[in-house]
Amino acid sequence: MDGKLPSPSKQEQAERLQEERVSRRTFLMNVGIALNAVVALAIATPVVGYVLGPVLRRKEYLAWIPVGSVTDFPEGETKLISFQNPFSDPWDGATAKIPAYVRHSAADEFTVFAINCAHLGCPVRWFSESQLFMCPCHGGVYYADGSRASGPPERGLFTYEMKVENGKLLINAGQMPTLKNKARMDCPGAENPVSSQIVSRIESCAERSGTSASTIG
Amino acid sequence: MRGKVWYKRLYDWLERRVQLEGPVKDAVLHPVPRSTASWWYVFGSASLVLLILQVMTGILLALVYQPSAAHAWNSLELLNHELPLGWFLRAMHGWGSNFMVAVVLIHMAQVFLFGAYKYPRELTWIVGVFMLLMTLGMAFTGQVLRFDQDAYWGLGIGASIMGRVPWIGGQLVHLMLGGPIINGATLTRFFALHVFVIPGTLLAFTGLHVWMVLKLGINEWPMPGRIVRRETYVQEYNELAHKDGIPFVPGAVWKDLVFSAAILFAVAVCAAVFGPYGPKGFPDPTIISTVPKPDFFFLWIYTVLSFLPPEMETPFILIAPVIAVIVLIALPLVAGVGEKSWWRRPVAVFVLMFVAVCWGEWTHLGTYTPWSPVMNAWSGAPVPAELLHGRTPLERQGANVLQEKQCRNCHALGGKGGERGPALDQVATRLTEDQLYRQILLGGGNMPAYGSALSPAEGTALVRYLETLHPGYQPAAEDASRYVVGDGGRVPPKSTVERGAGQTPVR
Repeated sequence: MDGKLPSPSKQEQAERLQEERVSRRTFLMNVGIALNAVVALAIATPVVGYVLGPVLRRKEYLAWIPVGSVTDFPEGETKLISFQNPFSDPWDGATAKIPAYVRHSAADEFTVFAINCAHLGCPVRWFSESQLFMCPCHGGVYYADGSRASGPPERGLFTYEMKVENGKLLINAGQMPTLKNKARMDCPGAENPVSSQIVSRIESCAERSGTSASTIG
Repeated sequence: MRGKVWYKRLYDWLERRVQLEGPVKDAVLHPVPRSTASWWYVFGSASLVLLILQVMTGILLALVYQPSAAHAWNSLELLNHELPLGWFLRAMHGWGSNFMVAVVLIHMAQVFLFGAYKYPRELTWIVGVFMLLMTLGMAFTGQVLRFDQDAYWGLGIGASIMGRVPWIGGQLVHLMLGGPIINGATLTRFFALHVFVIPGTLLAFTGLHVWMVLKLGINEWPMPGRIVRRETYVQEYNELAHKDGIPFVPGAVWKDLVFSAAILFAVAVCAAVFGPYGPKGFPDPTIISTVPKPDFFFLWIYTVLSFLPPEMETPFILIAPVIAVIVLIALPLVAGVGEKSWWRRPVAVFVLMFVAVCWGEWTHLGTYTPWSPVMNAWSGAPVPAELLHGRTPLERQGANVLQEKQCRNCHALGGKGGERGPALDQVATRLTEDQLYRQILLGGGNMPAYGSALSPAEGTALVRYLETLHPGYQPAAEDASRYVVGDGGRVPPKSTVERGAGQTPVR
């Protein structure tokens, strides 16, 4: 190969490196490296913020959504409904819709169950004849009131926070319920679970004198 | 220069400028032990060929695919039905992924069995472990891009697993989904992972992996008694490669080439015969009559998740994969020297067989999910007529209740129905009347309690019917004490043996 650059011999390389070790050129190279590190950090910080965007958002994705009027739900029945996710984009398509179950158990008692099985999030199906919710994935079964009947789930169905206003049923929704992001908090010992204080992403039970969770034990 | 044909002159002109001939010749002609020119050594190169196939078909699909939750499904349908040969490209990519997972796993098993991860190739194995994880990551994200109902609920399963991580689970779910729920942001996120992040990293790791194979040499055929020692191995290997070696090209490479061609042909044949995967149902979450299921390489996980008791679930899901990866990475560091031959490594052989059998059995179970209720059995599988013959009206009413109350979703009759609970064809031989009442009303043993879903009349009819479900040669189970205590000391009826088992006609 006639066009090849001759590479310096091992000894030559070592000698050259030795004399370059403390020189202006080496110093300038180090300055260059440091400059790049600073710029990289400056660029990386907003990038990390961008990537973590979905996590850093506060609870602003939750909203009160009307799911129908009270009269739509006959007493003693559990009905499948669907609602539009409060914040959606045109490219969400059909995924902007979320199904849920509304149970009208007594005079003005409503419960709104999330569709997602508490085990791994598959859609549970309601069987009115046997009064059971069954999950097609791993056989989780729940009673009509949402409590666990059998199978792998370790808790009952998730429920949405709800309220009735002017004869309309509203639920506070916008998040897929999982064991860590429940549709609403469960306050142990509370007869009626208290509506959550929207202070941060982490839901907490409202302070009640004497028996709040932090004072027990 | 004069006198040479034009293409030789062109080659010289190029070579004087790129100067690649030297390194390429070194790589191509490097000597390898004669024993490695074996059909057992073809799976690594086949994995590489399949990776290239996936990249090519993936790029071609990206010409058409819409990474939008609103349009992805329609663009797949367009590929399947309207673009000429779009279906074939989708099928090649889908079958290519199946083959790639399979060939990568076979490659890994072969490397493990041949002790190729031992000194000095520890890092090659460790890099390979990450490549396996990335291959599985490609399989999962690819399944999401096929944006159908399985993809939607598969994401739900992924999010639910993430949601079990202590402390930061909630944030991880949002990070994974690109927001609080599964929607358009989730799909674009998985698109970026599947098309840029994972394949880019995988290709870089592949380069490193192949580089190390070239530098460290192909693992020699393991012989019992040829012990790997750090002090002497490299010298022994070089001796083997030079004294009893052949150049990699063409001595060893021809088998790689033949096998790769065969694999590509097999992918094409599968693609042409079986066609593309899905997309299955339109990804509308409000269509809940769906039975979500992962692709076959994740079926085993799906199965394991159904067998764990609730209190074991979270620890197992979170700890087991970490342990598995740590074990794989630690393997060459812990067992980096010693025997390579499988004749002298019975534990290794047993572990491999055990893992393979478990994987096969779990995958098999995952294909028919005996743990899931059959959602339409109550309306679609009638009670077999022979199980209704000779019953009283009350008993027949009980059969009606059995059907109406969805018992069949979990209990089979005549081989049809769910397998979550035991089949009921002979239930009367196992449970007495009282036990039947107790089981139905209170549940237990993973059966829900039906006390509140059955009127007393329905309960009575149901138990009366179940009491008739026994073969003619075996009477229903009875509580002997009933006769003695409840009926003024009447003697219990004769036992089966006294009456002559099998003598009575089958009803």
